[in-house]
Amino acid sequence: MIEAKNIDFYYGSFHALKNISMTMEAHTVTAFIGPSGCGKSTFLRLFNRMNDLIDGIRLTGECLVQGANIYGKSVQVDELRKTVGMVFQKPNPFPKSIFENVAYGLRVNNLGDKKFIAQQVEESLIAAALWDEVKDKLKKSAFELSGGQQQRLCIARALAVSPAVLLMDEPASALDPISTSKIEELIHQLKKDYTIVIVTHNMQQAARVSDKTGFFMLGELVEFSETKKMFLNPEKKQTQNYITGRFG
Amino acid sequence: MNKESSQRTAFIIFRILGIIVVSILLWILGFIIYNGMGVISWEFLTAAPAEGMTAGGIFPAIVGTLCLVAGSMIFAFPVGVMSAIYTNEYAGNGWIVKFIRVMTNNLGSIPSIVFGLFGMSLFVNTLGFGDSILAGSLTLGLLALPIVIRTTEEALKAVPSSYRTGSRALGASKLQTISRVILPAAFPNITTGLILSIGRVSGETAPILFTVAAYFLPKLPTGIFDQVMALPYHLYVIATSGTDIEASRPVAYGTALVLIAIVLLMNLLAAFLRRHFSNKWRAER
Repeated sequence: MIEAKNIDFYYGSFHALKNISMTMEAHTVTAFIGPSGCGKSTFLRLFNRMNDLIDGIRLTGECLVQGANIYGKSVQVDELRKTVGMVFQKPNPFPKSIFENVAYGLRVNNLGDKKFIAQQVEESLIAAALWDEVKDKLKKSAFELSGGQQQRLCIARALAVSPAVLLMDEPASALDPISTSKIEELIHQLKKDYTIVIVTHNMQQAARVSDKTGFFMLGELVEFSETKKMFLNPEKKQTQNYITGRFG
Repeated sequence: MNKESSQRTAFIIFRILGIIVVSILLWILGFIIYNGMGVISWEFLTAAPAEGMTAGGIFPAIVGTLCLVAGSMIFAFPVGVMSAIYTNEYAGNGWIVKFIRVMTNNLGSIPSIVFGLFGMSLFVNTLGFGDSILAGSLTLGLLALPIVIRTTEEALKAVPSSYRTGSRALGASKLQTISRVILPAAFPNITTGLILSIGRVSGETAPILFTVAAYFLPKLPTGIFDQVMALPYHLYVIATSGTDIEASRPVAYGTALVLIAIVLLMNLLAAFLRRHFSNKWRAER
């Protein structure tokens, strides 16, 4: 589904990712863990080319999504971002109504008529477990929602354009424990229909939600294996030190 | 002095200074209202000047000023907003952008009489617009441009970058992101720039002196190549070089009052618009 081959990535002269290769299966949740600045978010943002928005970056290696090289010459980045959706660390709804937030991706990509958009908005909100809470106030500002609701709105917004992959960059780190557990539950459900990659600081969270976990340190992928194995019986000393909290 | 009493002394000084500034403003305003109120009548607002500008009204000057404000904004607002979008959203942070910013700020500190001379040389003579609303509006527009650009840039900078990344991550292009998310979010602050420049433009005399303003022209303009009277210039004329300066003094105060009232009204309107748009999606309960 997603494949990275010998990725090297630079911010100017800073070597942020060092020769990383990894494969992520469809309908699985893959978690990236590691100390701050280890490159896990940078690696995540490769797959919807959000790093392109930064000046002075350089990339070597190959990145495949659904078999196609997403850094190929003929790739349209806006099309790619419809296939690979993203949820950010801080909920970032637009200053628009709840409805318009979810409809945004459909509108900018000219997808469907009024009826289709309304239907897609409802389905996305249901999929993001938010519909029951907002169905009577779709015209209200998205800022009236709580932080946790806003984050689920952002998930619904990403789902509305029917992506195949969902990238989540510490999606619960700005939320309270109850909202966090709702998001985690949601990830479990979304796995059926989407391939999910999540970056998290919270190791319990990685253990709870993911099938496979990658441990990053100083731009290298130290270990990548089944989550259970990683947390019960890590291969590398560094991994063990990190997950047992000896540093990081 | 201990902390407590130095704190108290500081506050007293700040308060006195604040009161002085506000009282000077109120005094000027009161002075103009007191002296100008007497001549304000329906006729004063709707008739042309008469009897060597010592009687009659100032209607042509009001219309002229409104034309010039509208004309200059039609030019300066889109150009200014678009240049600000370019420098803030597209151009990155290279030396060209820095150069443009420095030049914009310099443009803002050029004395307005220089704009007047420039406008006369370029619009009136070289481009052959003559003394006209077009030439005057363009000159005033140039004067307003730095204000519009600067406030728009500030407004765009105040929009959280998470809106931009959020929109781009959904497959929106840069242009779609700007037109659908960034501009609506920045709009209330951009209107501030509009208010400031309207205030500035409607009060300027020097730029219109050589480009549009008529000493005495009791008829209304019929097109953009006509000359017009304008409130600030009319005020200048009847206060310094009218036919009978003493007799036209009340008219001068009346004119000043109308000018101030127009600026104030426009500010109120813009403040209302700003409130209306910022409340629209940001309803804090």
